[in-house]
Amino acid sequence: MARRTFRGGVHPEEHKDRTAGRSVETMPLPGRVVLPLRQHLGAPAKAVVKVGQRVAEGEVVAEAGGYVSAPIHAPIAGEVTAIARHRHPGGFTTDAVVIEAREAPPADAPEGASWPPEPVRMPPLDPDRASPEDLRNRVRDAGIVGLGGATFPTHVKLAPPPEKPVDTLVINGAECEPYLTCDHRVMLEETDLVVDGIRILRRILGVDRVLVGIEDNKPDAIDRLSAAFAGDPAVSVQACRVKYPQGAEKQLIRALTGRVVPAPPGLPMDVGVVVQNVATAAAVSRAVRQGIPLIERVVTVSGPSIAEPKNLRVRIGTPLADLVASCGGLTSPPGRVVMGGPMMGVAQVDLEVPVVKGSSGFLFLPAPSEEELWPGPCLRCGRCVDICPLGLAPAIIAWHLEAGDLDGAERLHVRDCMECGSCAWVCPADRYLVQWFRIAKARLHERNNQHR
Amino acid sequence: MSETTSTGEDRRLFVGPSPHLRDRDSIPSVMRWVVLALLPAVAVSLWFFGLEAARVHVIAVAGCLAVEWACLRWLRTPGSIRDGSALVTGLLLAMNLPPTTPWWMILVGSVVAIFLAKHVFGGLGSNLFNPALTARVFLLVAWPAQMTTWLRPGVRGLVDAATLDTMTGATPLGLLKEGRLSEIAASSMDLFVGQVGGSLGEVSAAALLLGGLVLLARRVITWEIPATFLGTVVAVTGAVWVFGGPQHGTPWFHLVSGGLMLGAFFMATDMVTSPMTFRGRLIFGVGCGLLTAVIRLWGGYPEGVSFAILLMNAVTPLIDRMVPTPFGRGVPKAKEAA
Repeated sequence: MARRTFRGGVHPEEHKDRTAGRSVETMPLPGRVVLPLRQHLGAPAKAVVKVGQRVAEGEVVAEAGGYVSAPIHAPIAGEVTAIARHRHPGGFTTDAVVIEAREAPPADAPEGASWPPEPVRMPPLDPDRASPEDLRNRVRDAGIVGLGGATFPTHVKLAPPPEKPVDTLVINGAECEPYLTCDHRVMLEETDLVVDGIRILRRILGVDRVLVGIEDNKPDAIDRLSAAFAGDPAVSVQACRVKYPQGAEKQLIRALTGRVVPAPPGLPMDVGVVVQNVATAAAVSRAVRQGIPLIERVVTVSGPSIAEPKNLRVRIGTPLADLVASCGGLTSPPGRVVMGGPMMGVAQVDLEVPVVKGSSGFLFLPAPSEEELWPGPCLRCGRCVDICPLGLAPAIIAWHLEAGDLDGAERLHVRDCMECGSCAWVCPADRYLVQWFRIAKARLHERNNQHR
Repeated sequence: MSETTSTGEDRRLFVGPSPHLRDRDSIPSVMRWVVLALLPAVAVSLWFFGLEAARVHVIAVAGCLAVEWACLRWLRTPGSIRDGSALVTGLLLAMNLPPTTPWWMILVGSVVAIFLAKHVFGGLGSNLFNPALTARVFLLVAWPAQMTTWLRPGVRGLVDAATLDTMTGATPLGLLKEGRLSEIAASSMDLFVGQVGGSLGEVSAAALLLGGLVLLARRVITWEIPATFLGTVVAVTGAVWVFGGPQHGTPWFHLVSGGLMLGAFFMATDMVTSPMTFRGRLIFGVGCGLLTAVIRLWGGYPEGVSFAILLMNAVTPLIDRMVPTPFGRGVPKAKEAA
């Protein structure tokens, strides 16, 4: 089979071997969870519980704050002890609902009430009988968002406007970020759920072509899914070349279909494609067939400072420190703790942050060396231009920004940058290219809002 | 913000922007590979020119490092003496000088290369022209006689001024320019291994090719510039040889003589002064090749590599204005993978 790929990209060391072969371990229920109201792109969720209120597992604690938003469910039974600002692993502070587990039912409970209460579940749906509309609403009500890390509310992607017909569903099993193996394990251990979820997604979208893209460093996952779809001519499992960022939406679409998604604000649906992650597909199956809302996910905990790197099934909201304890603690003080992959992940200030819906991994990495910390002058080597998966000229854009020329950077399409980090990775002078672009994008966004 | 984690340890974490992984290549490692790749050619120059070659290498490297140190200290331009860039410039300067270059001239060259061509423009990464080539051309124009005195290969001791005349000869390209093609004693093989007169880095095409392949394999340089540079020289000199007659020299002769190999693999590929885009490098290489062939065949100087590269350095910022079309901004294509 020809291996699919895209133009540009880099080959960072994979570091996946410490966790790729380890089965997912289910963590014991945490005693306390912190649920930030912003765990998805779009409007924050609105809390519907009060401090002191008891909640059952699966109960809605915050409802969607708009169409592009998602509800949040209680991952454990317990008492709401606070609704307050809390640090979010995405690198900001936001309102959060804190739930603490309780040993006994509340004092005012009727005699003989059991504790903890039965978990709250939605009524199971038969995916073959339920209407696409009902299935889509179930995905929405279950609070499902893109579990690859982008956390875009899934039901929005499943409702393309009529003027943008979708003919292809792309399932993302590339997992191109180094260290991360959660999607790999989900494909191996929850194959049935992934397969079922893909069929449900296909039914909702009404497409008759599904392409599953998996990097060929996961031959076992490719075999497993190919076998599962063997009798289904509509679904094709494709091996992609191991190259970062193979799992970036546009790059994966290019590799699998040959279609080029137009530059922003262009979306995959402009070329008739919707992309969903494999773990999202599994969550969809759970929500539809078993009525379970999104209250847990698989997280890879890895890096040189962690004693026993693992793939953990964790309730959303579990504090990071609990995950560390479940992995045998730290063998050495980590210099840097990152949520997500090392290429696009966010550095953490401490271990008090909770697992959120978009937490694909937590990595315990060494601090950067002096050499990495202090960028050298640009050598004009052009490597960043050669490898930019979006065909931009990172070094040249950065010169404009260093000279304070925001317009020049805009003319060179700095806003197209997806911040994949390939340019900064390859730079021999270790320049902070992505950071320049992030700042420029924020400033351009600000400026355009002022003009309006 | 508390610095105490739930485990009771007082540990601060480093918080910086992604990516949190970096490729191992650094400016010093890039420079180290260039030095390493130059070693075979340095060895050949020592073999054929002995102590005179050693003297030029040592003075050029020491001179460039000293001027670099002084510039970094007083001009506070970016860079570090430990980044290896001055070492590379020193070695390349030596490769561009005849073995009998007087010591003071080498020092003048060091000042021109490091101070005038590099730090005046803003230091490492900011120079428009290749520093070593700028120095070579400066010296060639200022002291043409000394810069075109070519020791015969195999003279390995130190040479004094009185006996110098008896140990020199013209370079093959010099003979060609004067129409004395028949007097070129060196065979094709001699030219390839370096048994000829010339600058330290103009003698052995084989050693330079070896070093160039190392740089290509290590991806310190990419193939576009050397391939188009050498290809264009061969194409143009080949066409002139076929249609204009044998007095112009064979394409093979042009390929392995003079500074072409040094220029194509080590000078034109200088990151700082060559284009950053794929298409830009193709244009740059073709331009270097065309100018080299034109100067060699019809110009006033026997060798044109240095002038060709410097001229193309001058248009590099212009070439770099041709940035690639970003993903999803080209003409929409209906093509679809099967």
